Amino acid sequence: MGSLPDIFSTLMQGLKVTLLVLVLSIICSTIIALVAGLSRVSTNRLVTGVTGFYVEIFRGTSLIVQLFWFSYALPGLFNIHLGSDIWVAVLAISLNYGAYMSEIVRGSIQAVPAGQTEASIALNLSKFQRMRHIIIPQAVRMMLPEYGNYLIQILKATSLVSLIGLTDLLYYGNIYRSTHLSDSPTVYLLLLVMYFVIALPLIGFTKKMERVSKKGVALG
Amino acid sequence: MNWSWTVFFETIPLIAKGLWITVGLTFACYLFAAVFGFFWVFMSRIPSKIVRSIFGWIAEFIRSTPPLVQLFFIFYAWPVIPVVGVSLNPFVAAILGLGIHFSTYMSEVYRSGIESVDKGQWEASTALNLSTRQKWTKIILPQAIPPTIPMLGNYLIIMFKEVPLASTIGVVAMLHIANDYGSQYYKFVEPLTVVALFFLLLSYPSAILISKLEKKYNRKFDKKAMTS
Repeated sequence: MGSLPDIFSTLMQGLKVTLLVLVLSIICSTIIALVAGLSRVSTNRLVTGVTGFYVEIFRGTSLIVQLFWFSYALPGLFNIHLGSDIWVAVLAISLNYGAYMSEIVRGSIQAVPAGQTEASIALNLSKFQRMRHIIIPQAVRMMLPEYGNYLIQILKATSLVSLIGLTDLLYYGNIYRSTHLSDSPTVYLLLLVMYFVIALPLIGFTKKMERVSKKGVALG
Repeated sequence: MNWSWTVFFETIPLIAKGLWITVGLTFACYLFAAVFGFFWVFMSRIPSKIVRSIFGWIAEFIRSTPPLVQLFFIFYAWPVIPVVGVSLNPFVAAILGLGIHFSTYMSEVYRSGIESVDKGQWEASTALNLSTRQKWTKIILPQAIPPTIPMLGNYLIIMFKEVPLASTIGVVAMLHIANDYGSQYYKFVEPLTVVALFFLLLSYPSAILISKLEKKYNRKFDKKAMTS
């Protein structure tokens, strides 16, 4: 029987990888979501077509399948070596959630009332100024609560990286379980609690953003 | 390792066999989640504030922790727990694990439906002296659930894409077959591509169907709101 501090210190070895994958995936998926979301409201048919294709492919297949696919296809099929499997994981998670989040970006931009666009045209703002000063600031506050929800989804997705051999929280949990079978309830409960503790700030962020996005907005 | 079309075409019938298991498992998990979702709704309506907040946090806990870890807990840890522990076969473990995880999402959908029912409907049922049971089954739920059908359909597609997690505890569905084939012949990319294509083939048309349904429902329920 291992003791609780024993299990805890074993699991803590994986915290760094989990957090690293989480932070890198959040950064990359946010960038992808903004670029893809803006591309989908573009007037250029080619740009909307290509990004539409990307979004549907990644939303239509499963993340776990994509993760395996990238980890075998990048070195095997395309001869691309990213140096570390961390980058394979980050790439798969970011492309997947970037596709999902680009839909919020697109939806929020389209939800800004048409009168705002018309007014900025009337005020002789350039297309860039219109986006930068009028549309995006209003769209962002609509995006934030959903964005927070996706951050929690990304955290949950990081648990998959142990399947391609990364040494994250779950990896150390499984290692510990394989040698201390009778401790497995403690191991997995502790793991769930650790994930929940990481999720707490994200939950708080989401709740806060839900309030912020409702504040000072005329409804209807 | 290069792309081989022979392997690609060879694995299609193999993986197609797993497709039905994936689809079947999806429906089983979904049914469980749909029924169990009402449990959370019920718990969130108990008069005691302490009980409500305890169950609220339990649901939040389940919702924001990884389903994979929950699956491992049910499959590996549950049998070890004294007295209550039982060994589950991978299918049952997957239905329980994914079902409970997604029930917390389903309950949110139900809740939004229930909250959207006009306050007057509640008052009218009280005024008509309906029992609690009659109020829920005859007045509230028939109005609360239909507008959420597109959202419920979306969750079916989301769950379909989460079901391959079950391959990690040994459910032999599409992903498991692909990985088995891969480790046998050291050809992973082709079978995994086939799996991805099957997912796309099913989920993309369903997503289009759901969004059509959504538009139809929006019109239908908006009209109702306007005339009332």
